[in-house]
Amino acid sequence: MEMPAPDPRILARKSRIVARLRSVLPTDAVVEDEIETRAYECDALTAYRCPPLAAVLPATTQEVSEILKICHEEGVPVVPRGAGTSLAGGALPTADSVILGVARMNDVLEVDYDNRFIRVQTGRTNLSVSGAVEEEDFFYAPDPSSQLACAIAGNIAMNSGGAHCLKYGVTTNNLMAVKMVMMDGEIVEIGGAHLDAQGLDLLGVICGSEGQLGVVTEATLRILRKPEGARPVLMGFDSNEVAGQCVSDIIKAGILPVAIEFMDRPCIRATEAFAGAGYPDCEALLIVEVEGSDQEIDAQLERIVAIAKTHNPVELRESGSADESARIWLGRKSAFGAMGQINDYMCLDGTIPVSQLPFVLRRIGELSKDYGLDVGNVFHAGDGNMHPLILFDANKPGDLEKCEAFGADILRLCVEVGGCLTGEHGVGIEKRDLMVDQYAPEDLDIQMAIKDVFDPKWLLNPAKVFPLASSETRRIAAE
Amino acid sequence: MHMMKPENEAALAECIASANGPLRIIGGGTRPIGDPVDGEVLSASGMSGVTLYEPGALTLVAKAGTPVSEIEDTLAAEGQRLAFEPMDHRALLGTTGTPTIGGAVAGNVSGPRRIQVGACRDSLLGVRFVDGMGRVLKNGGRVMKNVTGYDLVKLMAGSWGTLGVLTEVSLKVQAIPETEATLVAPELDLGNAISALSKALGSPFDLTGAGIGADGRAMIRLEGLAQSVSYRVQQLQSSICVGWQLVEGEQSAMLWKALKNLDAFSGQDGFVWRVSVKPSDAPEVIQALGTPRTIFDWGGGLISIVTDDPDLPVRDVVASLGGHATLVRSVGQSQQKPPAFHPEPAPLALLSQGIRDKFDPRGILNPGLMG
Repeated sequence: MEMPAPDPRILARKSRIVARLRSVLPTDAVVEDEIETRAYECDALTAYRCPPLAAVLPATTQEVSEILKICHEEGVPVVPRGAGTSLAGGALPTADSVILGVARMNDVLEVDYDNRFIRVQTGRTNLSVSGAVEEEDFFYAPDPSSQLACAIAGNIAMNSGGAHCLKYGVTTNNLMAVKMVMMDGEIVEIGGAHLDAQGLDLLGVICGSEGQLGVVTEATLRILRKPEGARPVLMGFDSNEVAGQCVSDIIKAGILPVAIEFMDRPCIRATEAFAGAGYPDCEALLIVEVEGSDQEIDAQLERIVAIAKTHNPVELRESGSADESARIWLGRKSAFGAMGQINDYMCLDGTIPVSQLPFVLRRIGELSKDYGLDVGNVFHAGDGNMHPLILFDANKPGDLEKCEAFGADILRLCVEVGGCLTGEHGVGIEKRDLMVDQYAPEDLDIQMAIKDVFDPKWLLNPAKVFPLASSETRRIAAE
Repeated sequence: MHMMKPENEAALAECIASANGPLRIIGGGTRPIGDPVDGEVLSASGMSGVTLYEPGALTLVAKAGTPVSEIEDTLAAEGQRLAFEPMDHRALLGTTGTPTIGGAVAGNVSGPRRIQVGACRDSLLGVRFVDGMGRVLKNGGRVMKNVTGYDLVKLMAGSWGTLGVLTEVSLKVQAIPETEATLVAPELDLGNAISALSKALGSPFDLTGAGIGADGRAMIRLEGLAQSVSYRVQQLQSSICVGWQLVEGEQSAMLWKALKNLDAFSGQDGFVWRVSVKPSDAPEVIQALGTPRTIFDWGGGLISIVTDDPDLPVRDVVASLGGHATLVRSVGQSQQKPPAFHPEPAPLALLSQGIRDKFDPRGILNPGLMG
């Protein structure tokens, strides 16, 4: 992936820019030497790296405002960074940019169980938001796989989802308000602890804007009471078509599981070898989880199992205990690790209409043969959010490029069947150049017009989301 | 009344591109909410029909002018429904048209289930629309999870036709649960009623409604498999809702329909306000306003107020607590009438204006409707 060449005028002014940043921040909050800035050279899309000009680690919204004011005056691009777990390169810097990391801002500011919200600084990790309300049996619903590490700031930037979003929605459905710093340093507040922010839905636009509209420093999040319990059932099928049909039938029957996860044979084999969860050796596997009291779970599982039986499953394993539930989830939860054990992998997250599942899986299989690269599929089947994991060897010349070309073909396929390029990871740099496959030039133009309003100088994370060719005139005009 | 009523997207685009003055955009014309717009009427109701429906994927795509009732019938035939149960404004506002799905989306109109499944905007997966220059644009799509580019889908929901005229909307739908039941509280004072609703909403029993009717009775709704609903009713009746009366089936549905549509206010003269605050602030709002006639939804956080007093200081009270108030029905032609939408703080008003200038540079789409 190409990135814009760094502006030599900014590189030449590094010492002045750093000095100005130091003047508003504690000594240890400005990182500028060549060794230390390496820590910020990439996110979880590790194939692309570039140390930034400097990295700053503010501890307050006021400090964020001071930083942005300086960068705005100096015309320096700013790349906001949560925990750096983006799979799409959302936090990849350029050599002339300042990384603004929110990791030091991780306080809980307010918890209100009566009105069911929590207000946090956005450097706080996803899982520790739930941790803060666990004593009262509440939780924060969106659960990206990286939830142990990923920050709320990044969740908001990418509008992150997770396995349980089928029932509870993604970040945008659980975000009530933000405090955000604009590129010129102005601090704005949008929304509140009440439902539905007033006026145009600016909150809806900010969520998922990939750090291009402002730096969100505080967030008010909806919290929910935990269900009394949850239990999965595992089912194996001898074809992807049948598994896909089973998903559709469960949904049509009016049962809303909290999660429906799907794994195909390559992925099942890899996870078995890695984690030994005792999965059947079959073509397709579903894990369906439901919630409620014991008897409510039994009632729902009874219906789901009855539907599954009409599709002649090769395996049907209902969890009867916490221990059995953990074993059912074990393989799914170690799927990425298992694939990583075999080789380097690239994980995509195109989303498709559920009805297209069998066709898309078949086509991915054919493409896999054409490219000579293995692929395993593990994904959120209830909402059609795929996660093909393409295996490649980063040390083999040309393999990464081949893998990227394969990935691009899969994503174009997702768009062709009525889906989209990314369901929960974001565009970043990874899918930037494919945006033209999903959107017409005028559709991209109106999105870029939004950025013009929030960040007229195009300094916030400027080389992401939009194809460089599409954003070029705006980026240059703003210089 | 002369009105333009294009029958397809291309014709609509042509209407807007060739317009040389302000346009008053309507769907079915049943929700005349907002500050008055003086302009030629452009109706989206000529573009009608469900274009795609996949029950197994819980998705439906319809042209913006499709009657809500047609969509509800289509869904009901497959045992499904719109999760956000949009309010029908006709009785309250004394209108007679046919509510359209585009109108519901443009107003982000959400009912009691807002507390559980979110607002209309949370069910909206994709939009097609024509902007103020006559450009045909799209955003989002028809899949449940989509973070490809900026989310203009949410922006279009609740923009009341000021950013563009919707031509097609794509929605996530929901299966109709096997059973519903309502628990109605004995008489409680407002503080205790709100507090009971909060406790119930904070229970693991997954309420799909929590309100207080015009008669002052708090009520909660449960939906799901029959076994599950009866279990949760039992649990609640023996803990938070002791002595609450069980109402089932069609009677339960009637209660929520009346609450949603503010039936008790229809035919009553006066200004109607819709106030959104955090539920625990509701008693203070009501006390400060001298206990006007009210209906509460969303756990107490959505307060509908009917009053004859044009100077009732609703916005001052709300501003001191955090929240906003919309004047959905006004009386007379008074010049002193407050704006329909709650004025935005200056920095946000500037951003909103900036966005409007991009979507509608000539300022011809429902100009001034949102203030």
